[in-house]
Amino acid sequence: MVDSVFVGLSVLTIGSAILSLESRELLYGGIALAVSMLGIAGYFIILDAPFVAMFQIAVYVGAVAVLIIFTVMLVRAPNTVTKKETRKRKIAGILLGLAFLVLAGSILGNSAATQLKFNDTVPIFDVQAIGKELLTYYSPVLLVLALTLAAAVIGALALARREDIEERNEPTN
Amino acid sequence: MNQPTDFLYIAIILISIGIYGLVVKRNALRLIFSIELIANAVNLVLIAFSRMLPSPQGQVFVLFSIAISAAEVAVGLGIIIIAYRFYKDIDITEYKNLKN
Repeated sequence: MVDSVFVGLSVLTIGSAILSLESRELLYGGIALAVSMLGIAGYFIILDAPFVAMFQIAVYVGAVAVLIIFTVMLVRAPNTVTKKETRKRKIAGILLGLAFLVLAGSILGNSAATQLKFNDTVPIFDVQAIGKELLTYYSPVLLVLALTLAAAVIGALALARREDIEERNEPTN
Repeated sequence: MNQPTDFLYIAIILISIGIYGLVVKRNALRLIFSIELIANAVNLVLIAFSRMLPSPQGQVFVLFSIAISAAEVAVGLGIIIIAYRFYKDIDITEYKNLKN
């Protein structure tokens, strides 16, 4: 049977996921998304992956959510609820989401995956095992990933640069 | 005790919410929210199977996946800021000139 911590985390995660899309104010949507990420980190702690949970909190709640909230403040959208979301589109979206839910849920319910059990006797992986994997077998991936992150951050900076300000400042120096 | 399928059902529900958001919402930031929800659901599935097998490689993959989606969010928000500078709006139906 499912326990109460799992049910509480499910309500928190799914409720704030819906709220992040449906809230009237975009800023509250960003905060609800951060709460949803915290719920996912709680699942990681239930699943005996505390290192990944800390990474999730540091990256998603600490960096991504703050970045999103800054962007929301920067763009100051005049109308967060647009008239482009017509009723027809909304019905189509709900039907598509429900169709995926029913399809994947029935496939999962009828598959052999329902007989899978968590093994309680095995030792939990600590950070040492993850670190060993990262630095031996997956070390090229780690290097490529570091370059990808650096390129993404530099690209975002180059994209968001304003050229008109620079031209105005040029004659002074 | 929980079973792996409980976590898979939660992931399916999160992916459905993400699909709904991608289809219905026309606000560029809400689309990024939806993409993040789907990425997190995938991470949850990976961690659940990594706990079941048990194998630490699932956790390593989730670390990579989190880093990649952080990079994706940085670039996406940069693009949204430029588009806002051009169109004074973050509604993607206004971005018609991007076609040419």
